[in-house]
Amino acid sequence: MSPIARPFVAYFTREQDVVAATAAVRKAGLGIRDVFTPYAVHGLEAAMGLRRSRLSQVCFFAGLTGLTTMLFFAWWTSAVSWPLNVGGKPFASIPAFVPVTFEFTVLCAALVTVGALFGVAKLWPGRTADTLPRVTDDRFALVLEPMADDNRARALCLEHGAVETFLLDAKGPESRLSAVPGAKA
Amino acid sequence: MSAPSYSPLRVPLVKQPRSMAAITEEIAAPLWRRPSASFWALFAVSSSALLLGLGCVTYEIANGIGTWGLNRTIGWAFDITNFVFWVGIGHAGTLISAILFLFRQKWRTSINRSAEAMTLFAVICAAMFPLIHMGRPWLAFWMFPYPNSRGPLWVNFRSPLLWDVFAISTYFICSAVFWYLGLIPDMATLRDRATPGSLRRKIYGLMAFGWNGSTRVWNHYEMVYLLLAGLCTPLVLSVHTIVSMDFATSVIPGWHATIFPPYFVAGAVFSGFAMVLTLMIVARKVLGFEHLITVRHLENMTKVIIVTGGIVGLAYGTEFFTAWYSGNPYERFTFINRAFGPYAWAYWTMVSCNVLVPQAFWVKRIRTSPWAIFVLSLLINVGMWFERFVIVVTSLHRDFLPSSWSMYRPTFIEVGTLIGSFGLFLTLFLVFCRLLPMISIGEVKGVLAYAQTRESSSQRTQGAA
Repeated sequence: MSPIARPFVAYFTREQDVVAATAAVRKAGLGIRDVFTPYAVHGLEAAMGLRRSRLSQVCFFAGLTGLTTMLFFAWWTSAVSWPLNVGGKPFASIPAFVPVTFEFTVLCAALVTVGALFGVAKLWPGRTADTLPRVTDDRFALVLEPMADDNRARALCLEHGAVETFLLDAKGPESRLSAVPGAKA
Repeated sequence: MSAPSYSPLRVPLVKQPRSMAAITEEIAAPLWRRPSASFWALFAVSSSALLLGLGCVTYEIANGIGTWGLNRTIGWAFDITNFVFWVGIGHAGTLISAILFLFRQKWRTSINRSAEAMTLFAVICAAMFPLIHMGRPWLAFWMFPYPNSRGPLWVNFRSPLLWDVFAISTYFICSAVFWYLGLIPDMATLRDRATPGSLRRKIYGLMAFGWNGSTRVWNHYEMVYLLLAGLCTPLVLSVHTIVSMDFATSVIPGWHATIFPPYFVAGAVFSGFAMVLTLMIVARKVLGFEHLITVRHLENMTKVIIVTGGIVGLAYGTEFFTAWYSGNPYERFTFINRAFGPYAWAYWTMVSCNVLVPQAFWVKRIRTSPWAIFVLSLLINVGMWFERFVIVVTSLHRDFLPSSWSMYRPTFIEVGTLIGSFGLFLTLFLVFCRLLPMISIGEVKGVLAYAQTRESSSQRTQGAA
């Protein structure tokens, strides 16, 4: 056991192994810091006990804001600020405002949602990457919270097909993995 | 245990099972290699075409729209044809990336990246035409509603041309964001593959936004990707609908038809898939991606072409029927004039390329032969260009008053601008193939299991080595 508590890492080569190991570790009551994977592994978020992302709500309200803003703006410019008679059509010709309102709704919803993702996930250009080796290539890494005795975690992971287990160097760049967003699982 | 349960009956999406590292390697490696001679040959051709286009556009802006073959009767012709053609090309990319994603069509994974890139480049080509048609493109910002010193005089929200401004700009921005979002995990893969301290690593690192493959982030990412796919689906349908309204809300015979929105959207998907096939068949050959972009992918796309080609053929028939059944003499004349008037050659080129040519895809041997698909997809591209030409020009050249009848012939400047737009499109695509992974590395890894569940478990774990 190391004097400084260090996160425990187990490497896997197959997605079904990492999902099974994550579920087993969680069942055993060990704290999961995160799992790093080269692609989105479905079922892993359930195994980690992650909540469904609530960015869909952000998307809905951003879209709603876009919709009301543009509908109001089109009405205000066409009927209030400078009403122009175009072919004798009513100033507040709501059906004709639908296409632009729709486009603006989609634009707001898309941009705000992606912006919210970058905010929540703390992604921005120039952010220093704290990547474990090979997790963007061909390895799945299960990272557990520091624990007093890692023998049980190691046994569980090896049982589920881990190819490598080690303790992260607290001084190394990977120690910033704690900066990974999201509530504790 | 919780292995993904794919039926062993499923056809593998990636031929020749391979490890994830091999996938990274083979998609990323071309970015590290020096461009081949064939790349430079293609680049020379496309950039020459682009230069010709630049020259023509410069000449047109310096001298005015009079350098085009337009006249008082035919105020829209070549450039609006090109505009509608290019917007249509873009639609296939969004269909593949968004609609097939929502339908969980996993085969899209190896073609969506380049199809989306194609969308962006096609929309850039399309947006160029209304801009230069303005004659004073430096005043293009007048199209947007902003507080100005002229009143403020606002834009006309009842005009379909303004709807177009919003539709095309929203479409471009959303497609670009969707495409970039898909690129971020791959940028991280490239960053980690690059030599530490190298310029490449810095650039890819900047573009990767600090991505580290965290499942907590993937959880949000997948949700946002789904939401964007859901937003882009109605968006793409709305874009060509609005483009068709540029015509349908007018009173010109041959344009004033309620069939236009679905007819245009189907035509857009039809032409877009033809263009995707044309490009993919070349790209998979040149880059050696035949096992990732398989014949099955090509075959699936030809099936989409059969369906949308059928819709387009039905629309041609319906237009004729409506022209006769409506009893409107102007409408009736326009359609007879299309088929038997001075532009009959354009009409019959359109019908043979768009209705007859795709029928060849009913034959399995043609559908699975890349060479045959390549030739047929080129013909469809030609046919769809002529469809727009027929709609725009034949309706205008003989309208209500015979005294204003006229003929239209493109000038060298207009033809040069069209060639230039192809040059722009191909140059951008070639640069994209050199700088960014043409196939989504992460997504292809996600569908590897489709092939692997068919193999024995010893082969399955060969990636562990």
